[in-house]
Amino acid sequence: MPASDATSPSPDPRLQALYQELILDHYRRPRNHGALEHPDAEVEQRNPSCGDIIRLQVAFEGDAVRALRFAGQGCAISQASASMMTQLLQGKSSEEVEQLARRFTAMVHGDAEASRDAALGDLRALAGVSRLPSRHGCALLPWKALAAALARHA
Amino acid sequence: MTTLVDRSAFPLLAAHPELVYLDSAATAQKPRVVLDAIHEFYGNDYANPHRGAYALSVRATDRYHEARARVARFLGVADADTLIFTRGTTESINLVTQTWGRAHVGVGDEIVVTAAEHHANFVPWQQLALERGARLRVCELTADGQIDLEHLQSLLGARTRVVAFHHVSNVLGTVSPVREIADMARAAGVVTVCDGAQAVPHLAVSVDELGVDFYAASGHKMCGPMGIGMLAGRREILEAMPPWMTGGDMIEFVHDDRSTWNVLPHKLEAGTPNVAGAVGLAAAVEFLEGIGMSAVRAHERALLRAAHARLSAIDGVRIHGPGAEERSGVLSFGVSDIHPHDLATILDSRHVCIRAGHHCAQPLMRRLGEPATARASFYVYNDHSDIDALAEGIATARELFGHARV
Repeated sequence: MPASDATSPSPDPRLQALYQELILDHYRRPRNHGALEHPDAEVEQRNPSCGDIIRLQVAFEGDAVRALRFAGQGCAISQASASMMTQLLQGKSSEEVEQLARRFTAMVHGDAEASRDAALGDLRALAGVSRLPSRHGCALLPWKALAAALARHA
Repeated sequence: MTTLVDRSAFPLLAAHPELVYLDSAATAQKPRVVLDAIHEFYGNDYANPHRGAYALSVRATDRYHEARARVARFLGVADADTLIFTRGTTESINLVTQTWGRAHVGVGDEIVVTAAEHHANFVPWQQLALERGARLRVCELTADGQIDLEHLQSLLGARTRVVAFHHVSNVLGTVSPVREIADMARAAGVVTVCDGAQAVPHLAVSVDELGVDFYAASGHKMCGPMGIGMLAGRREILEAMPPWMTGGDMIEFVHDDRSTWNVLPHKLEAGTPNVAGAVGLAAAVEFLEGIGMSAVRAHERALLRAAHARLSAIDGVRIHGPGAEERSGVLSFGVSDIHPHDLATILDSRHVCIRAGHHCAQPLMRRLGEPATARASFYVYNDHSDIDALAEGIATARELFGHARV
């Protein structure tokens, strides 16, 4: 079958930008998915409006995040956000982690400058979520779990 | 096939011709006649009812009583004073659990609900059981999503006080054999509470003939305004029940140290009532009666049949629940590899409104083995072009997710 035919309207380009290869790749092959043997903090975070769930485990080494693992169920946006987050934060100090969390949250809420911040790495691919208020909670779900894990460790 | 009622009768649909509204199971759009009735009430007959000191208040009282009579007739409730106005189904069921429930359910008693209940008919019973030291028993479903009547029968024991169940499932669209369940429960001396929120907008319902002790429904799902709903109850039970909220309107006499209660329905309607809501709901009832509930049912059947066939033909789509003939109003489905939220976002970009999530039915979602489903629901203003838009949108979503168009 052809990938597309002439009569079918093509997908909204803004959605094409959001559901791009990078995000779908993280959705289908999530990095750091699974469980740690000896986590220092473990948090289960739910999105009550949709039932999505994430379990995040963090292991620390002194002040730094040594390893992160996540599991759970959710949409492409929440899963990609979790996968990219765990990749980016590995080895970061808690101060750096908090700074990145603030930047990411700002980007989701529409801060254009944050969406150009190279420090966010692949997570910038999620900038399109800012135009979809109903999906902010999906992108932020793993970050809420992270904040709870950090608070528990402090 | 065209719409049963032209979109021009619905101001929102007329103002947004691009909109493909497939979420009527969450709430139905409003016909102009309903909006006009509310406007007209505020413009001509508005005052606080039941005060009666002047003609305007008498008019407001009359409008409220007329609305109750009209809605009672529509629901097949012969004794209109046993129809209590509430804020909606959720409030109706909480009224039952917190009055009848607290008075009749004690330590060691059993409450039966089904696995397919909306949270509105599950959580109030669960909380009542926790509060009273009672046991909540969950009746399972058959493979095709119906209430398992054999299991239900086996759950009806000496300690069972109440069975709470749905008339139509908001996820699967299954229609329960209400009369049969009511008879089973009566034979066991068990009170029945039926959630009719998804039934009343779509089927001809006669509460008296169904034989249940309580029947709850919402106005906003049947073209009425938000914030008005109904609880029909058996008179002897309502009369024996303690009041729920106390305050104005519901009293007969207030002594310094005690009070006595007004007659039905006022005993269970404390405070200034939602007269505009009742007037709007009565207009919605008149609107639906004008169409005829059998025509509504036939139209939805045709749409469900077409949608079922169209969606089943799309690669990767699986539909939950029974075939189109056995269901009412809603079609829940999944598209492999695409989470329902992502699907809903992609459909939304094409102005197609569907629901995605757990549909306030997490116990059922666990049993379906799905964290969430997508749900399209139909009403009188939908037609085949809406199904085309839904199917096209699903095909586009699959394309975005890298699947070939089929």
